[in-house]
Amino acid sequence: MAVLTYIEAIRQAMWEEMKRDEHVFILGEDVGRYGGAFKATQSLYQEFGPDRVIDTPISESAIVGAAIGAALMGMRPVAEMQFADFISCAFDQIVNFAAKSYYRWGAKVPLVIRAPSGGGVHGGPFHSQNPEGWFFHVPGLKVVAPSTPRDAKGLLKAAIRDDNPVIYFEHKLLYRRIKEEVDEGDYIVPLGRADIKREGKDLTVLTYGAMLHASIEAAQKVADEGIDAQVVDLRTLLPLDWEIIQECVKKTNRVLIVHEDTKTGGIGAELAATIADQTFEFLDAPIRRVASLDTPVPYSPPLEEYFLPNPKKIAAAMRDLARY
Amino acid sequence: MKLEVIMPRMGESVVEGTVVKWLKSEGDRVEKDEPLVEISTDKVDTEIPAPASGILTQIVVHEGETIQVGTTMAYLETEEAAEQAPMAAPKKEERVPTAPQPSRKEEVKVVPLIEAPARAREGRFYSPLVRSMAKAEGVSLEELESVPGTGQGERVTKADLLRFLEAKRPQPTIEYPAERVEIMAMGVMRKAIAEHMVRSVHTSAHVTTVSEADVSRAVATREKLKDEFLKREGFALTYTPFFVSCAIRALKEYPIINSSLDGDNIIIKKFINVGIAVALEKGLIVPVVKGADEKSFFGLARAIHDLSERARHKKLHPDDVHGGTFTVTNPGMFGNLLGTPIINQPQVAILAIGAIKKRAVVIDDAIAIRSMSFLSLSYDHRVLDGALAGMFLQRIVQFLEEFDSGWVNL
Repeated sequence: MAVLTYIEAIRQAMWEEMKRDEHVFILGEDVGRYGGAFKATQSLYQEFGPDRVIDTPISESAIVGAAIGAALMGMRPVAEMQFADFISCAFDQIVNFAAKSYYRWGAKVPLVIRAPSGGGVHGGPFHSQNPEGWFFHVPGLKVVAPSTPRDAKGLLKAAIRDDNPVIYFEHKLLYRRIKEEVDEGDYIVPLGRADIKREGKDLTVLTYGAMLHASIEAAQKVADEGIDAQVVDLRTLLPLDWEIIQECVKKTNRVLIVHEDTKTGGIGAELAATIADQTFEFLDAPIRRVASLDTPVPYSPPLEEYFLPNPKKIAAAMRDLARY
Repeated sequence: MKLEVIMPRMGESVVEGTVVKWLKSEGDRVEKDEPLVEISTDKVDTEIPAPASGILTQIVVHEGETIQVGTTMAYLETEEAAEQAPMAAPKKEERVPTAPQPSRKEEVKVVPLIEAPARAREGRFYSPLVRSMAKAEGVSLEELESVPGTGQGERVTKADLLRFLEAKRPQPTIEYPAERVEIMAMGVMRKAIAEHMVRSVHTSAHVTTVSEADVSRAVATREKLKDEFLKREGFALTYTPFFVSCAIRALKEYPIINSSLDGDNIIIKKFINVGIAVALEKGLIVPVVKGADEKSFFGLARAIHDLSERARHKKLHPDDVHGGTFTVTNPGMFGNLLGTPIINQPQVAILAIGAIKKRAVVIDDAIAIRSMSFLSLSYDHRVLDGALAGMFLQRIVQFLEEFDSGWVNL
């Protein structure tokens, strides 16, 4: 087993899938010769050639449109958005075409769109967003948001092999900050399965992406005060793993939802509503949320810090919830 | 005309009562205000007088039955022509004792401990989990009310309910051979005492501190006064007013002892109502000397005598047992050295007086014979700490040891 960074794990997943299946190919802005803005596709062009690692014009709509066409013809495209923020340019292609074509015509669209998302990198309002909420609402899509290298690799491989369009949100902040031992060779992390990353009995944190790490740090902080938090990494946002979520609610009876996306209408809203609906009688406290403020992501570093959730804010919410 | 005899409202919190005994039978003639029926509530046993003169024609509620306030218990046939609607409960004013009843609102000082306002016990909030657990475990809403909460604003948490359930888990039932035991059902008063005592132990963090007082001066004062007192007042002067008056003097200096805990607030009372524990044949009752701090020594002695007499003859009104701010109990009366009393909720302290006995004590390296008594103070450690409670007890001891015969003329 080798220690890989999050971005190396993503690259390894693509490499292995391209080796395994010649239908898999990559397209996006600067993904070829340059190796991608974040170097996620570095050396793939050299290995697999210009027919399988395709540089495109700066047009997200064209990238996704071309990828859908290829998928309909039996290919397995992996399209890269340079920043998840600009996925909105391809919104119509994704929402009206990719998501609905199997329902309307029985035509599968085995497409993966990799979208580097998230803040904390002083990128400002167009290079920091977490647009998972837009796609979470769309039947016909799958949405994935890994938080660790091992999951990043296994989930990307599972997404490439899935016959549905999958939006794969990879968090920019984690690219080179998070490392761990990753199995070499072929394994997948199945879509739709959450993972308990920290066992605890007093309350459950439901989270994903970069906030998993902030939540684990917060859980360690409050552990000294006698609060034993369970931390669940949702991993796949659509479809959510209600089985594990319900088990956790029944076990700990208190729920804190943490996401970096802004609060209103975020994943947390759906989580809270369904938990209240299905497990009301197991709740010993209100369901609480920690999320970004309902504003654009600020440029200014101090303002961005104020805007984003962090271990301190999460720990405060944990204390509050435990005391209730 | 036909007149209903209605179960009267007997004090603020009394909602039901049990008919213990009908003092008249159907067909008997009764005079207005003549005792008609004996009622037992969870506060007090009392006799209900006939609301009018006439013939007791029908008894509706029989002995042993428990009924709500306002229920018709019997019918009287009166001579008078119909004038007004059914006679309701005896007018309250007639029965309320004359002791000053301070107006609570103005006189209560509220000391907040933390910001969260406590929820009233009634209408307490229960989380969905607590409700569903209670339902699954067969815990009634009344039982739930008695579970102490440790959550925000004393909310009952899952952990609180689990603790309660653990404690409630039934003990294996024991079979007794019928011929070798006597089974005695607990009466209303016995059950009320049991409930109050257990609730108090559950509620307060009890601590007891004991001190010894040289009461020779009080003994001498009583010796000097008792004959004249008996002649003048018509009843014997006991030691109780000596201890109570010294306790009141100390309470004035330590008002925090004269308080109660309401959620997260300590309610310090600016009036002193002293409860006096009175042993009865069937149990125990604690009538309250209202406005005790405003009474002279003789006034206090008379009030204590009056209340204990009425307690022994079941003549107490429910309001006589309400509103205490501090309690004195006297295990010494039976010759016992000292006691560790249980706090009378919602008060925070109770004083027990031990027997007065002559003992050889060392004073300035000489052995002297002095009348000594052990005083024990049980207090609620949630509100009072040992240092303060100890100082308060010492102050009582000091007042007793320096008892001035001049005080009894006040």
